[in-house]
Amino acid sequence: MRNFSSLIDGLVFMPSRNGKLRLLADFFATAPDPDRGWALAALTETLVFHEAKPAAIRQLVATRTDPELFALSYDYVGDLAETVALIWPERPERANSLPPSLTEVVEALRAAKRGQVMGLVEGWLDTLDSSGRFALLKLITGSLRVGVSARLAKTALAEWGRVDLGDLEECWHGLTPPYAELFGWLEGRSDRPAAGQGAGFRPLMLSHPLEEEDMAALSPADYSAEWKWDGIRVQLAARGGERRIYSRTGDDVSGAFPDIVDHMNFDAVLDGELLVARGEGEIAPFNDLQQRLNRKTVTAAMLKEFPAWVRLYDILFDGEEDLRNLPFTGRRARLERWYDALRPRRMDLSPLVPFDGWGALKALREGSRENSIEGLMLKRRDSAYVAGRPKGPWFKWKRGALTLDTVLMYAQRGHGKRSSYYSDFTFGVWRGEELVPVGKAYFGFTDAELVELDRWVRNRTTRRYGPVREVEPGLVLEVAFDSVHPSNRHKSGLAMRFPRVHRIRWDKPAAEADRLETLQAMVVG
Amino acid sequence: MEPGGFHVDPLRPVERAVVTHGHSDHARPGHAHVLATAGTLAIMRQRLGEGAGAATQALNYGEAIRIGDVTVRLAPAGHVLGSAQVVLEHAGTRVVVSGDYKRRFDRTCAPFEPVPCDVFITEATFGLPVFRHPPDLGEIDKLLHSLSIFPERSHVVGAYALGKCQRVISLLRAAGYDRPIYLHGALEPICTLYEGFGVALGELRPATVAAKEELKGALVLAPPGAVADRWARRLTDPVVAMASGWMRVRQRARQRGVELPLVISDHADWDELTQTLEEVAAPEVWVTHGREEALVHHATRRGIRARALALVGFEEEGA
Repeated sequence: MRNFSSLIDGLVFMPSRNGKLRLLADFFATAPDPDRGWALAALTETLVFHEAKPAAIRQLVATRTDPELFALSYDYVGDLAETVALIWPERPERANSLPPSLTEVVEALRAAKRGQVMGLVEGWLDTLDSSGRFALLKLITGSLRVGVSARLAKTALAEWGRVDLGDLEECWHGLTPPYAELFGWLEGRSDRPAAGQGAGFRPLMLSHPLEEEDMAALSPADYSAEWKWDGIRVQLAARGGERRIYSRTGDDVSGAFPDIVDHMNFDAVLDGELLVARGEGEIAPFNDLQQRLNRKTVTAAMLKEFPAWVRLYDILFDGEEDLRNLPFTGRRARLERWYDALRPRRMDLSPLVPFDGWGALKALREGSRENSIEGLMLKRRDSAYVAGRPKGPWFKWKRGALTLDTVLMYAQRGHGKRSSYYSDFTFGVWRGEELVPVGKAYFGFTDAELVELDRWVRNRTTRRYGPVREVEPGLVLEVAFDSVHPSNRHKSGLAMRFPRVHRIRWDKPAAEADRLETLQAMVVG
Repeated sequence: MEPGGFHVDPLRPVERAVVTHGHSDHARPGHAHVLATAGTLAIMRQRLGEGAGAATQALNYGEAIRIGDVTVRLAPAGHVLGSAQVVLEHAGTRVVVSGDYKRRFDRTCAPFEPVPCDVFITEATFGLPVFRHPPDLGEIDKLLHSLSIFPERSHVVGAYALGKCQRVISLLRAAGYDRPIYLHGALEPICTLYEGFGVALGELRPATVAAKEELKGALVLAPPGAVADRWARRLTDPVVAMASGWMRVRQRARQRGVELPLVISDHADWDELTQTLEEVAAPEVWVTHGREEALVHHATRRGIRARALALVGFEEEGA
């Protein structure tokens, strides 16, 4: 358990993605089998056992500590697992007994009946140190929350084992914990494990932003165009009776979208955009979709109020047949034929957008102010479906951003490399005589500009709230954003999509910044 | 504090002060007469200059003097160099003011000595059972392990200038780390003072003038306030560590932007606070400085008359 708990400790405090990758690689390189495999399973949430409820943990700790001292401690620490890990009274007579390995813990939990779990946990708490107890309690309550997605864990494995992440994703679904085969391959001791037969994730094909200078070199006849929908990219995988919905990074989000899973009564792997749609395909604003995201489960009320919809644009497998080597036009024909034959509910096809030359396409893009459209996608007609982000076959061409002159109101310190800089900026616009916050941005400026902004904030601070400084209303930030929607989470009643600092208007007086009415007029739908 | 006519660690200038140790929340400037150990007086002179006291008097550990009707003795507190408990005897009653103390072995100062007494006035900085400091060398191993994983990043450790800084250096040396250690300018004078008292710290270099290249993979010590602020920008992608008993609580460490928390404290943890109550066997205990409520509760359950003594103006220096 020692190696696993120091990994968890390191990850909890590590702010940077690269740092996390290094900690994971160090762990995979040094932890023995099968400990490292079980740790990987814990990180990717593929472990299955009877989880312990927080109430059972509270009950257990009550048998071993003074209730008043526990209450004072819990009040101070704030997190149950951490309080219990720290306060657990160590028994001197157990000090010399060997703490369990992660493997012993996982194997015992997998074999245990529900009623036996807390007895096991009590014995382990007595032999572990406080880091070990914390890791154990996080493990048995079913969520580590150490800022590592399944995708990041796989990225660390691929980098450490010097294999292609796409190759790893291809075989991932066929693997089971503790992943002996996988580590054998990554350490060069055996061949790549066979690709999974089930509904595994197939790495997505991604696009590059289209730059104006690219266009001269491209021939319009080589490309098809589609609308770029303002939802989230998903892969629907239904194979051999198994149904999964994956996010673009390969995280399994099926549990959050039963209203789609219910209608996946086919055998295929499809690529498309997840949206919220009422009736037959009337797309709701992104804000509605947001209500359905980042949830493990979903209530009946949400299913009714924010019903999910998938707009399909590619097909990777039709039954057993791998279509990824077909050109785009070939796959598109297969997708249309497949859709016509099955007509799955809560899904439709993303239509092709016919166009005659770049000029005409540009006009179409500018005209597309519709709620659910972010711009256009260009897909090379002869391109195969390739994992990753090859330059050339797919381009995204977002419509022009909206901009607004806002006033800097608050600044907060960043994390990691930016921890000494005020780099997260809350900005507002005028409503009558007062400023109301309308958004927050933490990128869009250069390192040199950040130094200037940081200095400005430090010199113009009017109040401090912990890591946050309120500044005098004196700096205009021209903010760019993709769209703006009504929102009851902000005082201004509006929320921007993808706000970023477009220009710092050192020259412009704050009084001349925009007014809330201007932003309200930009709301669509 | 009648009837001796003197005060222990007074917050405002007084005629006669007895000072337990040199941290700024205990050693205040402007007293007319100051009684303390030679170590504490040297620290006060360095930090307060003229303000260290119009007249000063050094007292060795164990040596007794009379002030008015009270016999005063200083006993080692194990907190920082020169730190002392104040042992007061008057009319057959012995009162011990612990000041800040710790029970762990520390090469940089004399070890705490439990003094049986009638009334024990104890600190309670870490007076909650969640505070149980792990072994020091395990924490130092964490730091050395991080240096091996991130050999190109400098490691900056936030440590209070008086006590913690020298203790961390001394622990690193004990763990076999013999490369130069770089110091923020604010830490240098006290290190020099410790060395003058015979505490060997190995090779120390100023971080402020060191070349950026030289600091790659190096260990740098700085005051807690500097590690995540502008001063630290001279370092290359630093790993921010902090040596403090507060680092035991993750959320507290995260709030401070610490990537590598090191639970190294100059105060007694919960087990040591409660163990010390047993050892001094005082029937009456006053609890100050920290989370009094839990320790009062504990003492009461052990049959000790205990109460919280609220003091204002004390900060967390040296935790």
